[in-house]
Amino acid sequence: MYSNLWLIPFFPLVGSIFNGLFGKRIKNEAVIGGIATGMVFLSFLVAAQNFFKLLGDTEKVHELVIASWISIGNLQINWELLLDPLSAVMIMVVTGVGTLIHLYSIGYMHGEEGYYRFFCYMNLFAFAMLMLVLGGNALVMFIGWEGVGLCSYLLIGYYYEKKSASTAANKAFIVNRIGDFGFLCGLLTLFWALASKGVWTLNFVKIAESGHLLESGGLLITVVTLCFFLGATGKSAQIPLFTWLPDAMEGPTPVSALIHAATMVTAGVYMIGRMNGLFAMAPATMMTIAIVGGLTAFFAATIGLAQNDIKRVLAYSTVSQLGYMFLAMGVGAFSAGIFHLMTHAFFKACLFLGSGSVIHGLHHAYHHAHLHDDPQDMRNMGGLRKKMPITFITFLVSTIAISGIPLFSGFFSKDEILWWSFGSTRGHWMLWVLGAAAAGMTAFYMFRLVFMTFFGEQKTDARAKDHIPESPFTITIPLMVLGLLAVVGGYIGVPAILGGANRFHHFLEPVFGHALELNHIAAHGTHATEYTLMAISVAIAIVGIFIAWVMYVKDPELPAKFVGRFTAAHRVIFNKWYIDELYDFVFVNPCKKIGTFLWRGFDVRVVDGVVNGTAWVIKGLGAGLRYTQSGYLYNYAVAMVVGVVVIIGFYVF
Amino acid sequence: MITVNHYMLLSAILFAIGTFGVLTRKNAIVIFMCIEVMLNSVNLTFIALSRHVGNMDGQIFVFFVMTVAAAEAAVGLALMIAFFRNRNSIDVDDFNMLKW
Amino acid sequence: MQAILFYLTAVVAILSAFFVMKCRNPINSALNLVTTFLCLAVFYVMLESPFMAAVQIMVYAGAIMVLIIFVIMLLNLGLTVKTRYTHGLAAGGILSVMVLFVANYFTRAGEATGTGGSVTSELIASYGHTELIGRAMFVDFLLPFEIASILLLVAIVGAVVLSKRKV
Repeated sequence: MYSNLWLIPFFPLVGSIFNGLFGKRIKNEAVIGGIATGMVFLSFLVAAQNFFKLLGDTEKVHELVIASWISIGNLQINWELLLDPLSAVMIMVVTGVGTLIHLYSIGYMHGEEGYYRFFCYMNLFAFAMLMLVLGGNALVMFIGWEGVGLCSYLLIGYYYEKKSASTAANKAFIVNRIGDFGFLCGLLTLFWALASKGVWTLNFVKIAESGHLLESGGLLITVVTLCFFLGATGKSAQIPLFTWLPDAMEGPTPVSALIHAATMVTAGVYMIGRMNGLFAMAPATMMTIAIVGGLTAFFAATIGLAQNDIKRVLAYSTVSQLGYMFLAMGVGAFSAGIFHLMTHAFFKACLFLGSGSVIHGLHHAYHHAHLHDDPQDMRNMGGLRKKMPITFITFLVSTIAISGIPLFSGFFSKDEILWWSFGSTRGHWMLWVLGAAAAGMTAFYMFRLVFMTFFGEQKTDARAKDHIPESPFTITIPLMVLGLLAVVGGYIGVPAILGGANRFHHFLEPVFGHALELNHIAAHGTHATEYTLMAISVAIAIVGIFIAWVMYVKDPELPAKFVGRFTAAHRVIFNKWYIDELYDFVFVNPCKKIGTFLWRGFDVRVVDGVVNGTAWVIKGLGAGLRYTQSGYLYNYAVAMVVGVVVIIGFYVF
Repeated sequence: MITVNHYMLLSAILFAIGTFGVLTRKNAIVIFMCIEVMLNSVNLTFIALSRHVGNMDGQIFVFFVMTVAAAEAAVGLALMIAFFRNRNSIDVDDFNMLKW
Repeated sequence: MQAILFYLTAVVAILSAFFVMKCRNPINSALNLVTTFLCLAVFYVMLESPFMAAVQIMVYAGAIMVLIIFVIMLLNLGLTVKTRYTHGLAAGGILSVMVLFVANYFTRAGEATGTGGSVTSELIASYGHTELIGRAMFVDFLLPFEIASILLLVAIVGAVVLSKRKV
């Protein structure tokens, strides 16, 4: 049956252990990178085999118990894997995109110090992520959840000699901890709630079966799901915990592509999808998720408008797109959310890898010319389309996809989300407005990125600009594959209204259908409304692109004038709404002050005082008592006789 | 009539004299001899009480005390010889290394 | 008659013990110690334990005393007598008086239980003390007896090792 499922996470683990233990001695980059990539590719093959088997299977939910883990009374927790359509989609995305990014890394990381370390972490990440999506119970999932957080930390801090990188790594880890706290609270509360109803389990299938024991829409289920959602906001960079993701761009670009765009940050979306039965029962939580998602999509998009660092723009775009997915989850469009997760993985990975290719080329050129300009600043780019044709084309295709232009993958998924946010029983027209506005801004800033990087005149330093090469084939092949997927990836989910069969939706039906039906969640509306909305969102996207074209191609002087006109607004969004400063003021600095107080006041005075005082007293006692140890025999004899007299005297009298 | 109490008092006196010697003398060999006096006073108690209660166990015990005393004499005197070789004296005032 | 003998011997024993403690010269102490041992042997005879008296004379007055005197001679201590040969007389005196007091009170305060055992004067007279000791020693206390022999062996080895110049 599906008994080889365990091989999927196993291969990357082997690769990670191998590279971690022997990579330093091997030194041969081809071997290290080849093994790492090969291991992920092997698990991709196994995943594909299981995926196609599941496609043809009538039974859609399969559990595989590997070993017993915790067994206490009624509670039995196993190392178990769960294969259902949802996890099948996820393992395909993780291993497929993962393989491409590993392949890309072989060329991109060429000559870096700690090459083996990079691939060790990357494989470890693949292992953890696969445990997360395949985990059959919440604890196994939690191991993956923590594991990806750890790998994210390790990889953001890959250039650990750089102060900004290690700070960003710490920030990511600490912010994620807050989310993990929420996840754990939710997990334990859920366990307690179910146990009080007599169901001792953390198994997802059993949780879904016994979810009806909890009161629908009640306080308990709302608290549980809100806690889980807090966990999701940490991992998936939603308001209020999104600040770590832009800083996470300090890591190498393949890391940004794999972890901070395609897979790990979608873990929160996946987790909500995994527990859709519980979330569907809590309308208040669903509404919170939808609002948070919509707001995140909107705010992150506004910040993206004014950034100049190519990776930061993409980072805010990622946050914004994740907001879309949460919006989808919040209005009950679970399958649309997962669909967008998948298409986003394709085009965003492609965009990140394309930006990596650009950075790689510029870095090479600067290195050649002995310059120290920032290779990530878009103001130093321009006109690169002739220098790097393959990168340009794939990048453009993915940009069109993310902007939601019809016939490209992003259009189908984004449009379905927008339709549900308008027409769903849990939706609202204001959510649609937020989403549509964000879509327009996305189209604007993504094309701004393309125009600044690839069009116009070349603004690179004259000494370097003739040395920009096209990247090697290990970099361009993943770009081409992902670019192709960004175009066609959407066709598996063409909605019925456009003449498609929406096979993706039907494939995920066994996972989500029950909860939707039970809680009466559906999208209602006439075809005319749906067509109108679709036309409006496409029109908004085209307007966004047109404005970008006017401002950055037709009249390059315009942005400066524009900034001059709206200085205050520009400064606010350029400084990311001062969210980091606000958090520093509200949380970080008070924490630091409390810490300093506890250190100076409590630790040094009280704790150290007690310890030193104890030592001082003992030392004094010892100094006094050592005179009793004269070393003369007769003194000890006297003591003995005194003892005998006292004891016998006490006994007698 | 001589009762067991007479023997008890006698042995208590001998024991006290032995104790006094142990505590006040400086010469290690004399201290050793005083310890023998104390041991003998206890032996006397054992035999007197053994006869008083009509049981042989006390006398056997004396036998073992003698054995231990003989062993003690052998080892103790050997120790004194070793000590005398090092310090050229067997005054307990010179036995002062038993300290920090 | 017996009382006179007891008191006489007791006085001799106490005096000789006192001189053991008192004499400046260790040789004199040793000779007084022999007297004490002999007096105790007399008490053992009076207590109808002639075998113990014999052992007392042989082991203590014979073997141990010879050893002590031998060591005194060997170390030539008789000639190296110091001017001050005692210390802490007041403290030692007070303590030893207290020991006497406590020990005396301790022996008197209690009442011996289990009196009237099987070993009576008639039994000793009919069997002989040596045989009774032998029965007790080799029947009831055989294991301790063997252990004591090992103890003596260890003591011999220990004495040899300690007194050798170079091990």
